[in-house]
Amino acid sequence: MSALDSLTLTAIPPEDEALREPVRAFLREALQDVPSRVRAKSWSGYDPAFSRALGQKGWLGITLPPAYGGGGRSAFARYVLVEEFLNWGAPVGSHWIADRQSAPLILRYGTEAQRQFYIPPICRGESFFCIGMSEPNAGSDLASVRTRATRTEAGWTLNGQKIWTTNAHHCQYMIALVRTSGDFGDRQKGLSQLIVDLSLPGVTVRPITDLSGDSHFCEVFFDNVQLQADALIGAEGKGWEQVNAELAFERSGPERLFSSIVLFDEWLAFVRTPAGRTPSALRLAGKIASQLAPLRAMSVAVTEKLTRGESPLVEAALVKDLGTGVEQFIPAAIADDLFSRESADVPLELLQTLSYVTHVAPSFSLRGGTRDILRGMIARGLGLR
Amino acid sequence: MMDELLNDAVRQLLADQCTPAVVRAIEAGGSHAALWQQIENAGFADALVSEEAGGAGLNLADVFGMLELCGTYALPVPLGETMLARGLLAASGIARPPGSIALTLATRVSDGHIASALVGSGRIADHVLVQCDGQARLLRTADAIASAAVFPLDAALRWPIARWNAAPQLPDAVDLRSLQACVYAAQLSGALMAVFQRTLAHANEREQFGRPIGKFQAIQHQLSVISEHTFAARMAAQIGCRSDGIVPDRLCVAVAKARTSEAALEVAALAHAIHGAIGFTAEFDLQLFTRRLHLWRQAGGSESYWQDVVGTALLDGEHAMVLDLIRGVTDIH
Repeated sequence: MSALDSLTLTAIPPEDEALREPVRAFLREALQDVPSRVRAKSWSGYDPAFSRALGQKGWLGITLPPAYGGGGRSAFARYVLVEEFLNWGAPVGSHWIADRQSAPLILRYGTEAQRQFYIPPICRGESFFCIGMSEPNAGSDLASVRTRATRTEAGWTLNGQKIWTTNAHHCQYMIALVRTSGDFGDRQKGLSQLIVDLSLPGVTVRPITDLSGDSHFCEVFFDNVQLQADALIGAEGKGWEQVNAELAFERSGPERLFSSIVLFDEWLAFVRTPAGRTPSALRLAGKIASQLAPLRAMSVAVTEKLTRGESPLVEAALVKDLGTGVEQFIPAAIADDLFSRESADVPLELLQTLSYVTHVAPSFSLRGGTRDILRGMIARGLGLR
Repeated sequence: MMDELLNDAVRQLLADQCTPAVVRAIEAGGSHAALWQQIENAGFADALVSEEAGGAGLNLADVFGMLELCGTYALPVPLGETMLARGLLAASGIARPPGSIALTLATRVSDGHIASALVGSGRIADHVLVQCDGQARLLRTADAIASAAVFPLDAALRWPIARWNAAPQLPDAVDLRSLQACVYAAQLSGALMAVFQRTLAHANEREQFGRPIGKFQAIQHQLSVISEHTFAARMAAQIGCRSDGIVPDRLCVAVAKARTSEAALEVAALAHAIHGAIGFTAEFDLQLFTRRLHLWRQAGGSESYWQDVVGTALLDGEHAMVLDLIRGVTDIH
C-alpha cells in the first residue's frame, strides 16, 4: 500500500486556483435563472451552446498543449474548473467525455495528424465524443467485447454493437474498444481502440430512455461500417492498456464526489431558514460535509499524481467507491430528513430536485465501473489477487 | 524532511519499547515509568516546544506523523497530550514539569472540588491540564482524589478548590476539547492503519476451504472497504492537524474527529468479522487496537458531537455553497 501511503494533503498551485474567480463569475451569470432541478443534472446536462461558450473562454482542453488549441495548463487547472462547473450545476455533458478523456487519449496515443484533426475542435467546444466500451454481453466484463474491426484495403470494416453509450446521439465521434484480432476467448489480447465517425453509413444510434425519463444513453449498431486506416488510435492490440490509462482520468475527479451537490446546497438553503432548521438537519449537514472534505483532499492528491504522469488506478478506484457512496447517501438522507418532519413547508423546487437525484443516484456507482469492479481493483492493489 | 526523520526515530523507539506485551502489562496495572522515561530521554515530548525553550520547534502539522504513530503502537502513555500541553506551557512562559500531562474538561462541583469524571490516561499521567470556567490550569495528579473510570488507564479525578486556585494558569483561553479531538483523531488514524494491516495479513495467512480467506471475493471486498475508510480517515486526521502553530483549528478538528470516529466504528466491525473468533481473544493482539478504536471514537467527542460543530458552521457561516467550507478546511497554501 505504499502508493496509498503517499496520499497527503496537497496544495492546488496559486496560478490554477486563480481560475476559480473568473469561472465562478461566469457561472453565476450564466446559471442565475436555471432552476436547481435542471442544474442537478450536472455532468449529464446537455447544452452545446454552453460548451461552445466555455470553449471561447479557453476553459475546455485546458490541460492540452496550446499547439492544439488547448490551455497548456496542469491537471490542477482542470480540477478547479470542473469543481466549479459541478458545484454550480453547469450543463457540461456535451463536451464532458471529450474534454476529460478523449482528447488526452488522442494526445497521448494519436499520430500528429490525428491530434491536429481532432483536438482543436474539442477545445472549441464543437466536437463531442462518447466512449464505446460496454456491449450487451460486455459490461463489467469489458474484456469480452465482441464488436470486431477487420482489415480492408482502405482501412477497417466494423461490425457489432455498443450499449449504454452516454450521449452517443449528440456526439460526432466514438472511441470504441473493439476486437481487431484473435477471438472472443482471447480476452484482453487483440483489442484496439478506433475512432468512429458516427455520421458514417451503417451506424445506427438508438437512444434508451432511463427511469427518470431522460434519454442520455444509447444503443449504437455498426453494420459493415467502412473506416479509414487512420481510425485506429494508438497501437493495434494495445486497446486494453489504453483503456485502463483512460480510466484513471475517469474515476478520481470531482465528478465522483459532487454529483448530488446541487441538491445538497438547495437543501442547505432550506435548512438555513427558520422553518427548515432542526437539530437533526444540522447534524446531517455536518456529517455530509465532514465526509466530503477528506474525499476532496484525496481527489486533489490523486490529481497531483496525474500531473506527475502517474496512472493512480487504485487510488482513483478508492476515491470513486467512497465518493459515490456519499453521493448516494445525500438524496437518501435528505429525503429522510424532509419527510421526518411533522409538517414540512418544503419548497417544490427542492422536492423536484430531490426526486430527480433519487432516481438517478443508482447510476453513480455503475458508470465508470461498478462498486464490485472497483473493490476488486483495490483488492488487486492490496496484493490479494 | 525534518518530520520524516523524527517519525522514523519515534517508530523505531515504539517498535522496540512499546510492544504488545508492554501495552498489556501497563493496562493490567504494571508500571509505565520505564516506557515513559525512554520517550522522555528521546525528547519527543518537547516536539512542539520552541527551540529557544529547549524543544524541537515544530508546529502541529509537522507532528501529525508522531501523533499517528502513538495510535499505530497503541501507546499506553499520553505522549500526544503531553506534546500539546508542553507546547502551550512553553509558549506562555510557564515552567514545564517533568512527566506526562493529560488533558481534561472539568466542572466546579457543589462540594468545592474541581471534578472530571473522565480523564483520558488519568491513572498514569503525572499532571493534567484542566479546563474549567474558561480557564486552563496545570494540576498534579498526585494532588487529586482518584477513582476508577471504565478504561483501565483512565480515571475520574477531583481536586480541592485550593489546589486549583494555586495552580499555574495559561494566560489565554484555550479550546481544550479541540486539542483532545485533534490528538485522538490522529491516533485513530494510526490505529486504523494498524488494524487494516493486521487484518490484511491475517486474510493472507488464515486458510479455510483449502485457500487463504483473502482469496474469497467477499473478504477482498471487505478489505477494500477497510482500506477506503482508513485512507479517508488518514486524510481527515491530517486536516485536523493543519496549523501554522501548535493550536488546531476547531472546524478542521471537527471534520477530522467526525470522520475518523465514523471510520473507527466501520473498520473495527469489519476487522473482527474477518478475523473470526481468534480476533475476539485476549491473547491475539487485534483487541489492543480495536478496543482503542472504540475508546478514541468516544474520547474528545464522538462523530455526532463534531458533526454538530461542522453543521453549525455550515448553517451559520458565511458560505452559501458547501464547497467553500470544504475548500476552507482542505486547501493548503
